[in-house]
Amino acid sequence: MATVLHSAPKFTPAEDVKDAIVASLGAVLLEAKIVHEELVLTVKRESIEDVIRTLRDEHEYQQLMEMAGVDYPQRLERFEVVYMLLSVTKNHRLLVKVSTDENTPVPTVTNLFPCAGWLEREVFDMYGVLFQGNTDLRRILTDYGFEGHPFRKDFPLSGYQEVRYSEEEKRVVYEPVTLAQDFRSFDFMSPWEGAEYVLPGDEKADAPKSDAPKTTEKPSDTGAGKATDAKAAEKKSHAAPAQTDKGKDASGAPDATEDRPGKAPREGDTTDTKSATEVDKDKSGS
Amino acid sequence: MGMSETVPAARPGEIRQPDQDYFQALSTEVNDKGFLVTSTEELFQWARTGSLWWMTFGLACCAVEMIHVNMPRYDMERFGAAPRASPRQSDVMIVAGTLCNKMAPALRKVYDQMSSPKYVISMGSCANGGGYYHYSYSVVRGCDRVVPVDIYIPGCPPTAEALLYGVMQLQRKIRRSGTIER
Repeated sequence: MATVLHSAPKFTPAEDVKDAIVASLGAVLLEAKIVHEELVLTVKRESIEDVIRTLRDEHEYQQLMEMAGVDYPQRLERFEVVYMLLSVTKNHRLLVKVSTDENTPVPTVTNLFPCAGWLEREVFDMYGVLFQGNTDLRRILTDYGFEGHPFRKDFPLSGYQEVRYSEEEKRVVYEPVTLAQDFRSFDFMSPWEGAEYVLPGDEKADAPKSDAPKTTEKPSDTGAGKATDAKAAEKKSHAAPAQTDKGKDASGAPDATEDRPGKAPREGDTTDTKSATEVDKDKSGS
Repeated sequence: MGMSETVPAARPGEIRQPDQDYFQALSTEVNDKGFLVTSTEELFQWARTGSLWWMTFGLACCAVEMIHVNMPRYDMERFGAAPRASPRQSDVMIVAGTLCNKMAPALRKVYDQMSSPKYVISMGSCANGGGYYHYSYSVVRGCDRVVPVDIYIPGCPPTAEALLYGVMQLQRKIRRSGTIER
Protein backbone atom coordinates (compact mmCIF):
# COMPACT_ATOMS: atom_id res chain seq x y z
CA MET A 1 0.00 0.00 0.00
CA ALA A 2 1.20 3.46 -0.83
CA THR A 3 2.48 5.75 1.89
CA VAL A 4 -0.26 7.72 3.59
CA LEU A 5 0.54 11.38 3.14
CA HIS A 6 -1.98 12.71 5.60
CA SER A 7 -3.99 11.39 8.47
CA ALA A 8 -7.43 12.27 7.13
CA PRO A 9 -9.70 9.33 6.59
CA LYS A 10 -10.96 8.73 3.10
CA PHE A 11 -14.49 9.26 4.27
CA THR A 12 -16.03 10.35 7.53
CA PRO A 13 -19.35 8.75 8.35
CA ALA A 14 -21.93 11.19 9.66
CA GLU A 15 -22.33 9.19 12.86
CA ASP A 16 -18.69 9.76 13.78
CA VAL A 17 -18.95 13.53 13.82
CA LYS A 18 -22.48 13.86 15.13
CA ASP A 19 -21.81 13.44 18.82
CA ALA A 20 -18.91 15.89 18.94
CA ILE A 21 -20.90 18.53 17.09
CA VAL A 22 -23.98 18.03 19.23
CA ALA A 23 -21.89 18.36 22.37
CA SER A 24 -20.16 21.54 21.27
CA LEU A 25 -23.25 23.32 19.96
CA GLY A 26 -25.28 22.75 23.08
CA ALA A 27 -28.56 24.51 23.61
CA VAL A 28 -28.72 26.37 20.29
CA LEU A 29 -29.13 23.08 18.48
CA LEU A 30 -32.78 22.25 17.97
CA GLU A 31 -32.39 19.01 16.08
CA ALA A 32 -29.63 16.83 14.72
CA LYS A 33 -30.47 13.97 12.44
CA ILE A 34 -28.87 11.90 9.75
CA VAL A 35 -30.76 11.91 6.47
CA HIS A 36 -29.42 10.08 3.45
CA GLU A 37 -26.17 9.56 5.31
CA GLU A 38 -25.75 13.30 5.75
CA LEU A 39 -25.84 15.18 9.01
CA VAL A 40 -28.58 17.80 9.13
CA LEU A 41 -28.51 20.30 11.98
CA THR A 42 -31.41 22.60 12.77
CA VAL A 43 -30.36 25.52 14.92
CA LYS A 44 -31.82 28.67 16.40
CA ARG A 45 -31.94 31.54 13.96
CA GLU A 46 -30.32 34.12 16.27
CA SER A 47 -27.25 32.00 16.83
CA ILE A 48 -26.53 30.92 13.25
CA GLU A 49 -23.38 33.00 13.07
CA ASP A 50 -22.00 31.41 16.22
CA VAL A 51 -22.89 27.96 14.98
CA ILE A 52 -21.16 28.48 11.66
CA ARG A 53 -18.14 29.95 13.44
CA THR A 54 -17.96 26.97 15.77
CA LEU A 55 -18.22 24.55 12.89
CA ARG A 56 -15.58 26.42 10.93
CA ASP A 57 -13.06 26.96 13.72
CA GLU A 58 -13.52 23.91 15.91
CA HIS A 59 -14.83 21.24 13.57
CA GLU A 60 -12.82 22.00 10.45
CA TYR A 61 -15.66 22.86 8.13
CA GLN A 62 -13.58 25.27 6.11
CA GLN A 63 -15.83 25.99 3.17
CA LEU A 64 -19.34 27.27 2.68
CA MET A 65 -20.31 25.57 -0.53
CA GLU A 66 -23.84 26.81 -1.06
CA MET A 67 -26.81 28.43 0.56
CA ALA A 68 -30.34 27.49 -0.33
CA GLY A 69 -33.77 28.72 0.57
CA VAL A 70 -36.84 26.57 0.97
CA ASP A 71 -40.45 27.71 1.17
CA TYR A 72 -42.97 25.81 3.28
CA PRO A 73 -46.13 27.95 3.07
CA GLN A 74 -47.99 25.85 5.65
CA ARG A 75 -45.46 26.57 8.40
CA LEU A 76 -45.61 29.46 10.79
CA GLU A 77 -42.06 30.40 9.90
CA ARG A 78 -42.35 29.59 6.25
CA PHE A 79 -38.76 29.86 5.03
CA GLU A 80 -35.77 27.71 5.71
CA VAL A 81 -32.25 28.79 4.91
CA VAL A 82 -29.85 25.91 4.42
CA TYR A 83 -26.10 26.31 4.77
CA MET A 84 -24.04 23.60 3.14
CA LEU A 85 -20.59 23.24 4.62
CA LEU A 86 -17.64 21.18 3.47
CA SER A 87 -14.68 19.99 5.44
CA VAL A 88 -11.83 19.27 3.08
CA THR A 89 -9.74 17.76 5.89
CA LYS A 90 -12.45 15.39 7.07
CA ASN A 91 -13.88 14.88 3.62
CA HIS A 92 -17.29 15.52 5.01
CA ARG A 93 -20.27 17.73 4.31
CA LEU A 94 -23.11 18.84 6.51
CA LEU A 95 -26.25 20.92 6.34
CA VAL A 96 -27.26 23.60 8.80
CA LYS A 97 -30.83 24.83 8.69
CA VAL A 98 -32.53 27.84 10.20
CA SER A 99 -36.13 28.89 9.76
CA THR A 100 -37.53 32.38 9.38
CA ASP A 101 -40.47 34.28 7.94
CA GLU A 102 -40.90 37.23 5.58
CA ASN A 103 -40.12 39.93 8.13
CA THR A 104 -37.61 38.36 10.49
CA PRO A 105 -34.01 38.79 9.37
CA VAL A 106 -31.42 36.06 9.62
CA PRO A 107 -27.98 37.10 10.92
CA THR A 108 -25.50 37.26 8.09
CA VAL A 109 -22.46 35.00 7.86
CA THR A 110 -20.55 37.30 5.49
CA ASN A 111 -18.13 38.05 8.33
CA LEU A 112 -17.16 34.37 8.39
CA PHE A 113 -17.39 33.50 4.73
CA PRO A 114 -17.10 36.38 2.24
CA CYS A 115 -18.68 34.17 -0.42
CA ALA A 116 -21.90 34.24 1.57
CA GLY A 117 -22.53 37.76 0.26
CA TRP A 118 -23.73 36.61 -3.14
CA LEU A 119 -25.35 33.47 -1.74
CA GLU A 120 -27.42 35.55 0.67
CA ARG A 121 -28.28 37.92 -2.15
CA GLU A 122 -29.57 34.97 -4.14
CA VAL A 123 -31.72 33.69 -1.28
CA PHE A 124 -33.00 37.22 -0.73
CA ASP A 125 -33.76 37.60 -4.44
CA MET A 126 -35.61 34.34 -4.81
CA TYR A 127 -37.39 34.11 -1.43
CA GLY A 128 -37.29 37.58 0.13
CA VAL A 129 -35.45 36.37 3.20
CA LEU A 130 -33.69 39.27 4.90
CA PHE A 131 -30.14 39.01 6.19
CA GLN A 132 -29.14 41.31 8.99
CA GLY A 133 -25.63 42.63 8.59
CA ASN A 134 -25.28 41.99 4.86
CA THR A 135 -24.26 45.42 3.61
CA ASP A 136 -25.08 44.71 -0.05
CA LEU A 137 -28.43 42.98 0.05
CA ARG A 138 -29.56 43.67 -3.52
CA ARG A 139 -31.18 41.46 -6.11
CA ILE A 140 -28.68 39.39 -8.02
CA LEU A 141 -30.41 37.29 -10.67
CA THR A 142 -33.78 38.72 -11.58
CA ASP A 143 -34.45 41.62 -13.91
CA TYR A 144 -33.76 45.22 -12.94
CA GLY A 145 -36.86 46.54 -11.24
CA PHE A 146 -38.28 43.06 -10.77
CA GLU A 147 -41.03 42.83 -8.19
CA GLY A 148 -41.75 39.77 -6.12
CA HIS A 149 -39.71 36.75 -5.16
CA PRO A 150 -40.13 34.06 -7.81
CA PHE A 151 -39.24 30.97 -5.79
CA ARG A 152 -42.01 31.55 -3.28
CA LYS A 153 -44.74 29.02 -3.72
CA ASP A 154 -47.37 31.73 -4.10
CA PHE A 155 -45.53 33.40 -6.98
CA PRO A 156 -47.30 32.64 -10.26
CA LEU A 157 -45.24 30.63 -12.73
CA SER A 158 -45.56 33.14 -15.56
CA GLY A 159 -44.98 36.15 -13.32
CA TYR A 160 -46.63 39.49 -13.74
CA GLN A 161 -44.76 41.23 -16.55
CA GLU A 162 -43.36 40.39 -19.94
CA VAL A 163 -41.25 42.37 -22.37
CA ARG A 164 -41.61 43.35 -25.99
CA TYR A 165 -39.98 45.89 -28.27
CA SER A 166 -42.21 48.86 -28.89
CA GLU A 167 -41.79 50.31 -32.36
CA GLU A 168 -43.43 53.55 -31.22
CA GLU A 169 -41.27 54.14 -28.20
CA LYS A 170 -38.17 52.60 -29.78
CA ARG A 171 -37.34 50.64 -26.66
CA VAL A 172 -38.16 47.43 -24.86
CA VAL A 173 -41.33 47.93 -22.83
CA TYR A 174 -42.84 45.95 -19.97
CA GLU A 175 -46.45 44.87 -20.15
CA PRO A 176 -48.72 42.65 -18.09
CA VAL A 177 -48.46 39.01 -19.07
CA THR A 178 -50.90 37.84 -21.74
CA LEU A 179 -50.34 34.23 -22.66
CA ALA A 180 -51.20 33.39 -26.25
CA GLN A 181 -51.68 29.82 -25.14
CA ASP A 182 -52.91 28.99 -21.67
CA PHE A 183 -50.72 26.91 -19.46
CA ARG A 184 -51.41 23.26 -19.91
CA SER A 185 -51.06 20.87 -17.03
CA PHE A 186 -50.05 17.49 -18.28
CA ASP A 187 -50.86 14.26 -16.51
CA PHE A 188 -47.59 12.44 -16.40
CA MET A 189 -48.84 9.47 -14.42
CA SER A 190 -48.36 6.24 -16.18
CA PRO A 191 -51.45 4.08 -16.62
CA TRP A 192 -50.15 1.33 -14.38
CA GLU A 193 -49.48 3.72 -11.51
CA GLY A 194 -52.99 4.86 -10.86
CA ALA A 195 -54.00 7.38 -13.53
CA GLU A 196 -57.71 7.00 -14.18
CA TYR A 197 -58.61 6.95 -17.82
CA VAL A 198 -62.36 6.35 -18.01
CA LEU A 199 -63.42 5.18 -21.43
CA PRO A 200 -67.00 4.94 -22.69
CA GLY A 201 -68.38 1.59 -21.62
CA ASP A 202 -66.16 1.27 -18.57
CA GLU A 203 -69.20 1.69 -16.34
CA LYS A 204 -70.32 -1.78 -17.38
CA ALA A 205 -67.39 -3.26 -15.53
CA ASP A 206 -68.87 -2.06 -12.26
CA ALA A 207 -72.34 -3.44 -13.04
CA PRO A 208 -73.50 -6.14 -10.59
CA LYS A 209 -72.57 -9.55 -11.78
CA SER A 210 -75.06 -12.27 -12.54
CA ASP A 211 -75.80 -14.74 -9.78
CA ALA A 212 -74.96 -17.71 -11.94
CA PRO A 213 -71.34 -17.38 -12.96
CA LYS A 214 -70.27 -18.84 -16.26
CA THR A 215 -68.35 -22.01 -15.54
CA THR A 216 -66.58 -24.68 -17.46
CA GLU A 217 -67.52 -28.01 -15.94
CA LYS A 218 -66.73 -30.57 -18.59
CA PRO A 219 -63.57 -30.75 -20.75
CA SER A 220 -65.76 -30.61 -23.84
CA ASP A 221 -66.96 -27.14 -22.80
CA THR A 222 -63.50 -25.74 -23.30
CA GLY A 223 -63.54 -26.38 -27.01
CA ALA A 224 -60.27 -28.32 -26.82
CA GLY A 225 -59.95 -31.79 -28.21
CA LYS A 226 -59.00 -33.83 -31.20
CA ALA A 227 -61.22 -31.95 -33.60
CA THR A 228 -59.68 -28.64 -32.62
CA ASP A 229 -56.16 -29.99 -32.91
CA ALA A 230 -56.88 -31.30 -36.37
CA LYS A 231 -58.33 -27.96 -37.41
CA ALA A 232 -55.31 -26.13 -36.06
CA ALA A 233 -52.93 -28.41 -37.93
CA GLU A 234 -54.54 -27.63 -41.29
CA LYS A 235 -52.24 -25.97 -43.77
CA LYS A 236 -53.64 -22.62 -44.76
CA SER A 237 -52.45 -20.23 -47.37
CA HIS A 238 -51.38 -16.87 -46.04
CA ALA A 239 -52.01 -15.10 -49.32
CA ALA A 240 -54.60 -12.37 -49.58
CA PRO A 241 -58.16 -13.62 -49.80
CA ALA A 242 -59.52 -14.00 -53.28
CA GLN A 243 -61.35 -10.97 -54.61
CA THR A 244 -64.87 -11.74 -55.59
CA ASP A 245 -66.19 -8.28 -56.33
CA LYS A 246 -66.54 -7.90 -60.09
CA GLY A 247 -67.40 -4.23 -60.10
CA LYS A 248 -70.98 -4.74 -61.04
CA ASP A 249 -73.49 -3.41 -58.62
CA ALA A 250 -70.71 -1.65 -56.71
CA SER A 251 -72.06 -0.11 -53.59
CA GLY A 252 -68.86 1.89 -52.98
CA ALA A 253 -69.72 4.71 -55.38
CA PRO A 254 -71.81 7.38 -53.69
CA ASP A 255 -75.12 8.49 -55.09
CA ALA A 256 -75.33 11.56 -57.27
CA THR A 257 -75.86 14.88 -55.54
CA GLU A 258 -76.69 18.38 -56.76
CA ASP A 259 -73.14 19.37 -57.54
CA ARG A 260 -71.73 15.97 -58.34
CA PRO A 261 -72.88 13.68 -61.07
CA GLY A 262 -73.40 10.05 -60.51
CA LYS A 263 -70.61 7.77 -61.48
CA ALA A 264 -70.71 4.51 -63.31
CA PRO A 265 -69.27 1.60 -61.36
CA ARG A 266 -65.66 0.93 -62.03
CA GLU A 267 -64.81 -1.86 -64.44
CA GLY A 268 -62.68 -4.67 -63.20
CA ASP A 269 -61.98 -6.28 -59.90
CA THR A 270 -61.45 -3.24 -57.70
CA THR A 271 -64.15 -1.22 -56.06
CA ASP A 272 -64.30 2.55 -55.86
CA THR A 273 -62.34 4.17 -53.09
CA LYS A 274 -63.23 7.45 -51.49
CA SER A 275 -60.46 9.36 -53.20
CA ALA A 276 -61.48 8.00 -56.60
CA THR A 277 -64.94 9.50 -56.23
CA GLU A 278 -63.91 12.95 -55.02
CA VAL A 279 -64.89 15.85 -57.25
CA ASP A 280 -62.02 17.42 -59.13
CA LYS A 281 -62.71 21.09 -58.47
CA ASP A 282 -60.58 22.35 -61.35
CA LYS A 283 -62.49 20.32 -63.88
CA SER A 284 -65.98 20.75 -62.52
CA GLY A 285 -65.68 24.48 -63.20
CA SER A 286 -68.12 25.65 -60.55
CA MET B 1 -23.86 27.38 -60.88
CA GLY B 2 -22.02 25.71 -63.70
CA MET B 3 -22.32 22.31 -62.07
CA SER B 4 -24.60 20.07 -64.05
CA GLU B 5 -26.69 17.38 -62.46
CA THR B 6 -24.95 14.57 -64.32
CA VAL B 7 -21.61 15.00 -62.56
CA PRO B 8 -21.20 11.99 -60.26
CA ALA B 9 -20.58 12.56 -56.57
CA ALA B 10 -16.99 12.71 -55.44
CA ARG B 11 -15.63 9.48 -54.13
CA PRO B 12 -13.82 9.35 -50.77
CA GLY B 13 -10.34 10.75 -51.10
CA GLU B 14 -11.00 12.23 -54.50
CA ILE B 15 -9.90 15.83 -54.88
CA ARG B 16 -12.11 17.69 -57.26
CA GLN B 17 -10.92 20.84 -58.95
CA PRO B 18 -13.27 23.73 -59.65
CA ASP B 19 -14.86 23.99 -63.06
CA GLN B 20 -11.82 24.98 -65.07
CA ASP B 21 -13.71 26.01 -68.21
CA TYR B 22 -15.77 28.48 -66.25
CA PHE B 23 -12.72 30.21 -64.84
CA GLN B 24 -10.96 30.24 -68.17
CA ALA B 25 -13.98 31.85 -69.81
CA LEU B 26 -14.04 34.48 -67.09
CA SER B 27 -10.34 35.23 -67.32
CA THR B 28 -10.48 35.40 -71.11
CA GLU B 29 -13.28 37.91 -70.83
CA VAL B 30 -11.35 40.03 -68.36
CA ASN B 31 -8.20 39.80 -70.45
CA ASP B 32 -9.96 40.68 -73.69
CA LYS B 33 -12.20 43.46 -72.52
CA GLY B 34 -10.69 44.45 -69.22
CA PHE B 35 -14.02 44.35 -67.42
CA LEU B 36 -16.95 42.11 -66.56
CA VAL B 37 -20.59 43.00 -66.97
CA THR B 38 -23.25 42.10 -64.46
CA SER B 39 -26.31 43.72 -62.95
CA THR B 40 -26.03 45.74 -59.75
CA GLU B 41 -28.68 43.50 -58.27
CA GLU B 42 -26.58 40.43 -58.78
CA LEU B 43 -23.50 42.25 -57.58
CA PHE B 44 -25.23 43.34 -54.39
CA GLN B 45 -26.64 39.92 -53.76
CA TRP B 46 -23.27 38.34 -54.35
CA ALA B 47 -21.70 40.72 -51.90
CA ARG B 48 -24.39 40.25 -49.27
CA THR B 49 -24.66 36.51 -49.43
CA GLY B 50 -20.93 36.02 -49.63
CA SER B 51 -20.00 37.90 -46.50
CA LEU B 52 -22.57 37.14 -43.86
CA TRP B 53 -20.49 38.16 -40.89
CA TRP B 54 -22.44 37.18 -37.88
CA MET B 55 -22.77 38.66 -34.45
CA THR B 56 -22.11 36.02 -31.82
CA PHE B 57 -25.04 36.12 -29.47
CA GLY B 58 -24.67 32.81 -27.70
CA LEU B 59 -27.03 32.74 -24.75
CA ALA B 60 -27.26 29.07 -23.84
CA CYS B 61 -26.45 25.59 -25.02
CA CYS B 62 -27.29 26.49 -28.64
CA ALA B 63 -24.07 28.49 -28.62
CA VAL B 64 -22.13 25.25 -28.50
CA GLU B 65 -23.67 24.18 -31.79
CA MET B 66 -22.94 27.65 -33.11
CA ILE B 67 -19.31 27.01 -32.23
CA HIS B 68 -19.39 23.61 -33.89
CA VAL B 69 -20.51 25.08 -37.16
CA ASN B 70 -17.38 27.22 -37.21
CA MET B 71 -15.05 24.35 -36.54
CA PRO B 72 -13.32 22.58 -39.41
CA ARG B 73 -15.93 19.89 -39.88
CA TYR B 74 -18.67 22.27 -41.00
CA ASP B 75 -16.52 25.36 -41.45
CA MET B 76 -19.04 28.09 -42.02
CA GLU B 77 -16.33 30.41 -43.33
CA ARG B 78 -16.63 28.52 -46.59
CA PHE B 79 -19.78 30.56 -47.06
CA GLY B 80 -18.09 33.79 -46.07
CA ALA B 81 -19.78 33.73 -42.69
CA ALA B 82 -17.26 34.74 -40.08
CA PRO B 83 -17.89 35.35 -36.39
CA ARG B 84 -17.52 38.95 -35.31
CA ALA B 85 -17.33 40.22 -31.76
CA SER B 86 -18.67 43.66 -32.59
CA PRO B 87 -22.16 44.48 -33.85
CA ARG B 88 -20.74 47.33 -35.96
CA GLN B 89 -18.99 44.79 -38.16
CA SER B 90 -21.83 42.29 -38.36
CA ASP B 91 -24.48 41.63 -40.96
CA VAL B 92 -26.43 38.88 -39.26
CA MET B 93 -27.14 38.16 -35.64
CA ILE B 94 -27.58 34.53 -34.58
CA VAL B 95 -29.68 34.54 -31.41
CA ALA B 96 -28.57 31.21 -30.00
CA GLY B 97 -30.30 30.36 -26.77
CA THR B 98 -32.77 31.44 -24.13
CA LEU B 99 -33.48 35.15 -24.21
CA CYS B 100 -34.27 36.39 -20.71
CA ASN B 101 -36.17 39.53 -19.85
CA LYS B 102 -33.04 41.02 -18.39
CA MET B 103 -31.12 40.42 -21.60
CA ALA B 104 -33.81 41.71 -23.96
CA PRO B 105 -32.84 45.43 -23.87
CA ALA B 106 -29.21 44.46 -24.44
CA LEU B 107 -30.16 42.28 -27.40
CA ARG B 108 -32.14 45.11 -28.92
CA LYS B 109 -29.29 47.54 -28.34
CA VAL B 110 -26.87 45.23 -30.12
CA TYR B 111 -29.32 44.80 -32.97
CA ASP B 112 -29.70 48.57 -33.27
CA GLN B 113 -25.96 48.97 -33.41
CA MET B 114 -25.64 46.68 -36.42
CA SER B 115 -25.38 48.42 -39.75
CA SER B 116 -27.96 47.83 -42.45
CA PRO B 117 -28.65 45.58 -44.21
CA LYS B 118 -28.95 43.38 -41.15
CA TYR B 119 -30.53 40.01 -40.64
CA VAL B 120 -31.47 37.91 -37.63
CA ILE B 121 -31.40 34.14 -37.35
CA SER B 122 -33.34 32.78 -34.41
CA MET B 123 -31.73 29.52 -33.39
CA GLY B 124 -33.43 26.91 -31.25
CA SER B 125 -36.73 26.48 -29.48
CA CYS B 126 -36.04 29.04 -26.78
CA ALA B 127 -35.24 31.84 -29.20
CA ASN B 128 -38.08 30.84 -31.50
CA GLY B 129 -40.87 30.91 -28.97
CA GLY B 130 -39.62 30.50 -25.44
CA GLY B 131 -39.44 26.75 -25.87
CA TYR B 132 -39.08 24.88 -22.64
CA TYR B 133 -39.31 28.15 -20.71
CA HIS B 134 -42.38 29.47 -22.50
CA TYR B 135 -44.38 29.93 -19.30
CA SER B 136 -41.51 31.24 -17.25
CA TYR B 137 -41.63 34.57 -15.45
CA SER B 138 -38.23 35.59 -16.72
CA VAL B 139 -37.98 34.44 -20.34
CA VAL B 140 -39.05 36.30 -23.48
CA ARG B 141 -41.56 34.20 -25.39
CA GLY B 142 -39.62 34.30 -28.62
CA CYS B 143 -36.90 36.72 -29.63
CA ASP B 144 -39.18 38.03 -32.39
CA ARG B 145 -40.88 40.03 -29.67
CA VAL B 146 -37.72 42.09 -29.52
CA VAL B 147 -36.05 41.94 -32.93
CA PRO B 148 -37.42 41.12 -36.41
CA VAL B 149 -36.40 37.59 -37.32
CA ASP B 150 -35.59 36.38 -40.84
CA ILE B 151 -34.90 32.69 -40.32
CA TYR B 152 -36.14 30.40 -37.57
CA ILE B 153 -34.16 27.24 -36.94
CA PRO B 154 -36.07 24.60 -34.98
CA GLY B 155 -34.42 22.20 -32.60
CA CYS B 156 -33.33 21.93 -29.02
CA PRO B 157 -30.58 22.56 -29.76
CA PRO B 158 -30.47 22.47 -33.56
CA THR B 159 -27.58 20.51 -34.95
CA ALA B 160 -24.69 22.27 -36.59
CA GLU B 161 -26.05 21.08 -39.93
CA ALA B 162 -29.37 22.72 -39.15
CA LEU B 163 -27.69 26.04 -38.42
CA LEU B 164 -25.65 25.75 -41.59
CA TYR B 165 -28.83 25.04 -43.50
CA GLY B 166 -30.42 28.07 -41.87
CA VAL B 167 -27.55 30.27 -43.02
CA MET B 168 -27.96 28.90 -46.54
CA GLN B 169 -31.67 29.60 -46.36
CA LEU B 170 -30.87 33.17 -45.36
CA GLN B 171 -28.61 33.48 -48.40
CA ARG B 172 -31.45 32.17 -50.49
CA LYS B 173 -33.82 34.66 -48.94
CA ILE B 174 -31.45 37.52 -49.71
CA ARG B 175 -31.18 36.40 -53.33
CA ARG B 176 -34.92 35.99 -53.64
CA SER B 177 -35.88 39.35 -52.16
CA GLY B 178 -33.71 41.00 -54.82
CA THR B 179 -33.93 44.54 -53.54
CA ILE B 180 -31.14 46.97 -52.91
CA GLU B 181 -33.18 48.62 -50.21
CA ARG B 182 -33.45 46.49 -47.17
